[in-house]
Amino acid sequence: MIEIGGFAALYIFMLSAFTGYEVISRVPVILHTPMMSGSNFIHGIVLVGAIVVMGSAETVLEQVIGFIAVALASGNAVGGYVATVRMLDMFTPKENNKGKA
Amino acid sequence: MDIFIQVVYFVAAILFILGLKKMSSPVTATGGIVWAGIGMVAASLVAFFEPGVFANSTNVILIVVAIAVGSGIAYTTAKRVQMTDMPQMIAIYNGMGGGAAAAIAGVELVKMAGGHHAIGGTTQVLAVLGALIGAVSFSGSAIAFAKLQGLMNKTIRLPMHMVLNLGLFVLTLIAGTIIGFSDDVSIQLVLVFFVLALVFGVLFTTPIGGADMPVVISLFNAFTGLAVAFEGFVLGNAAMIIAGTVVGSAGTLLTQLMAKAMNRPITNILFASFGSDSGEAAEEDIEGSMKEVQGTDAAIMMAYAEKVVIIPGYGMAVAQAQHKVSELTKLLEARGVTVKFAIHPVAGRMPGHMNVLLAEAGIDYDKILDLDEINPEFPTVDVALVIGANDVVNPVARTNPDSPIYGMPILDADMAKNCIVIKRGRGAGFSGIENHLFYADNTRMLYGDAQKAVGELISGIKTLQ
Repeated sequence: MIEIGGFAALYIFMLSAFTGYEVISRVPVILHTPMMSGSNFIHGIVLVGAIVVMGSAETVLEQVIGFIAVALASGNAVGGYVATVRMLDMFTPKENNKGKA
Repeated sequence: MDIFIQVVYFVAAILFILGLKKMSSPVTATGGIVWAGIGMVAASLVAFFEPGVFANSTNVILIVVAIAVGSGIAYTTAKRVQMTDMPQMIAIYNGMGGGAAAAIAGVELVKMAGGHHAIGGTTQVLAVLGALIGAVSFSGSAIAFAKLQGLMNKTIRLPMHMVLNLGLFVLTLIAGTIIGFSDDVSIQLVLVFFVLALVFGVLFTTPIGGADMPVVISLFNAFTGLAVAFEGFVLGNAAMIIAGTVVGSAGTLLTQLMAKAMNRPITNILFASFGSDSGEAAEEDIEGSMKEVQGTDAAIMMAYAEKVVIIPGYGMAVAQAQHKVSELTKLLEARGVTVKFAIHPVAGRMPGHMNVLLAEAGIDYDKILDLDEINPEFPTVDVALVIGANDVVNPVARTNPDSPIYGMPILDADMAKNCIVIKRGRGAGFSGIENHLFYADNTRMLYGDAQKAVGELISGIKTLQ
């Protein structure tokens, strides 16, 4: 854990927001769904937070909620990844994309 | 160790942004998701070495079990699901992320209620805000999933739904404000707050029609990103702040693009519901009648055409007809017919949904054109074949200023010399608006499930050889 002061956080927030905007603005329409799925995967980083919080759990209630957090977060990350890869596979050159269902 | 952890988070954040950037081109997209995946694995592994995590071995075991359970279920479902059902799976995985962010805030707030220490200041407010957004995204995405999966077909609208939603939202905000600013919160209030937020997410989503779900899912995707960023702030985790915010803004932009393609402001999608009140209005002044055609006749029209444009819609996705369509395309091309595909930005359930399905069936993407590219060509098209699309080819969007879809860009299928429409029944589309294209003189209706109808076309063309 690092200390991120109020304004430093605000700057990170602002710069990241512009980055996300810039990256998406040039995406062709055909990639919108994979892109949505891909960005869905990326917020699976919540898993890191879930692990940290679960690791610091002390009471049973905290452990229960922490467990839910970790399970949900890993579902987000893994599901998001597999779904995105499956979709993007279809856009790879057609030689290796025959007969897949 | 701490420096090492921070370096890995830093690299992971870079990988996420680069990965997302690579995903913006079809050529590099697969590499992009792999890069982001490497970042994710690395960040999750070092998270175990954060101070305190290894202090309690029970917790470590529980974490591993939770990861196994969560990823096991997600992996099997994501592998098994049909491509056509992908939109609702994105919704559910997104909802899980939102739920996780809310649960993280839950642990922090429960700790506070347990008399540990107030988090204090802005951080405490952000924790509550992240919890609110995450919880709404969680329950809202679950409803979106249920709707698209067909578990919940009815659009539920309670009496005074808007007032109820507003009241609920205000109550949630009040509870949240009390928790966000007090030094000593009660666990009961935290519980009430979460219940209110979850119920609000449900009631917020139920009145929105199935056709608008992609926009809503995209919005919830942005919500989850934001919730993750806020919880990242609470935990002092820069990787979470960066990744969450990038997704938050990218998701917001994507939502806007989708709403723009439907020519409806986002507020209109979220807070009004068309179809219910405007469906009846479009009944007047339809000229002509629907003219039915048999599969064999339609096949002959197409086989002797020079140029055929196929317009797929949700009906093709539901019937899983994309492979049949691909077969039809090959047959026609073998006869020297030029075949192109016209994709409306909101055809199907998500932007790019049709492209994904056609790619699955092995159709080259240089044959797949979008609205601006194909529309000028329609007057030279011999046959426009509409497969399970409706509102996106409805000419009233151009002609009738009173129509709720007036001004929405459409595919000008009505300008083709002939138009064949494959449609399951005679009913109106998702929006409930009558489609004047179906009554036009040069339109023929081929009734039936898309898979079966395209099958008839294929066998019809084969008999000509």
